[in-house]
Amino acid sequence: MTINESTGQALERERAGRTMKVAQHLFPGKIEECIEMLARYGGNARIVAGGTDLFLWLKEGKASAETLVDVSCIKEMKALEERSDCLILGPGLTHAEVASNPVVRRYFPALSDGCRSVGSPQIRNIGTLGGNIVSAQPAADSVVPLVALGAECEIRGLSGSRTELLEELFLGVGKSRVDPTREVITRIIVKKPEGKSGNAFARIAPREAMALPVINAAVQLTVDAGRISAARIVTAPVAVAPFRARKAEECLIGKQPGSIGDLKRAAKIAEEEAKPRDSLVRGSGEYRKALVKDLVEQALLRAAGSLG
Amino acid sequence: MQALKCVVNGKDVEVNVDPSRSLVDVLRTDLGLTGTKKGCGEGECGACTILLDGKPVNSCIIPVMKAQGRNILTIEGLAEAGELHPIQEAFIEAGAVQCGFCTPGVILSAKSLLEEFENPSQEEITEALSGHLCRCTGYLQFYDALKLAAEKIAEKKKATYGYGG
Ligand code: FES
Ligand code: FES
Repeated sequence: MTINESTGQALERERAGRTMKVAQHLFPGKIEECIEMLARYGGNARIVAGGTDLFLWLKEGKASAETLVDVSCIKEMKALEERSDCLILGPGLTHAEVASNPVVRRYFPALSDGCRSVGSPQIRNIGTLGGNIVSAQPAADSVVPLVALGAECEIRGLSGSRTELLEELFLGVGKSRVDPTREVITRIIVKKPEGKSGNAFARIAPREAMALPVINAAVQLTVDAGRISAARIVTAPVAVAPFRARKAEECLIGKQPGSIGDLKRAAKIAEEEAKPRDSLVRGSGEYRKALVKDLVEQALLRAAGSLG
Repeated sequence: MQALKCVVNGKDVEVNVDPSRSLVDVLRTDLGLTGTKKGCGEGECGACTILLDGKPVNSCIIPVMKAQGRNILTIEGLAEAGELHPIQEAFIEAGAVQCGFCTPGVILSAKSLLEEFENPSQEEITEALSGHLCRCTGYLQFYDALKLAAEKIAEKKKATYGYGG
């Protein structure tokens, strides 16, 4: 059998990629330095934060990097700043740090609860918010609430800096538009909604610890003059990215947050919109569809209840 | 190879390591600290748990260079001057050790918990141990051991610092 040249070259590249081993692990002290390192090693370097996902991918040959550029010693990456209109979270904060932060708890219980649901205590002590965003698993328990809260990411790279909505960073399962060989998330910005608002997170998994969610959901309701003025309802994994149930969101506008019937109706609409697949691990599509309704309903009732 | 400098069980350590390896592999094979176990190697079972700057982490999914400049405690560092740590004594007395594979990790998570809460609730204990799989004990003995350990530590403090210390 003959192999044409391009296939041969591709095979060689692939083989080389598989055997490319981490040769150095660097610790830049500043973001600028980190970008310089990415530039210097042109594509063979890659950002690492907690490294919990990346380490396994490297081992399994699903990712490769010769140089790891570690952001966990950069001070700004671990900052948490409250401003009058938003919270700014450093992407290097661990899930444990976010879950135990009282300011996050006060404004965004959905995010606290989501971060508390990630993996196990040992994973939460290493894994980071930014790392979970770039890993781009659609049902990441820390990312689903961030999408419901309308979070934005500031991204810095070789070609400058930009700010994007987090929900637009998903390309597919495990694929992020943030390219860790060229750029790094430097801040996660979560706006405090104007006026009264409430948010909540709900999940179900086979066990209470160390189990991926069968379904999770996060919502945020904003109320103006006694009526719902904005609603965000996110559920996963029912698509390649966290799924916004936009019809359910729309049907809540103008309704009273205390109207349980309306909240339940919205959850029912979310169920109709969501199209979870049959999964050997997570359960049948039909079962998970029913769970979308239950969890969205739970989250909406709690978010509405927290409005006071 | 890269030079790794860190503190392991209170001692300064300097060792040249291959940065593609995991922390648990270096602890076990290069430093000879085989008390830390490797079960799944994927962050699922908790057997490889060590304390990194006082916090429990899975050493099997940590690239070894992440230990640079940091403080590591493994099960070997718990006993002092040949005397078992009160948590270790409590585990023996409560019958919380069977095959022993999960035990070093569980004891280190227990240590981190008891440093944060002198008298943890059942809920806090369950949560702190939720990242450990044990196929032998059924967990109830862990809970007894932790409560006993909390008492032992409190007694020891009283003996060292006197009442109200
Ligand atoms: S060996 Fe590390 S978690 Fe199982
Ligand atoms: S004592 Fe055997 S696994 Fe826990």
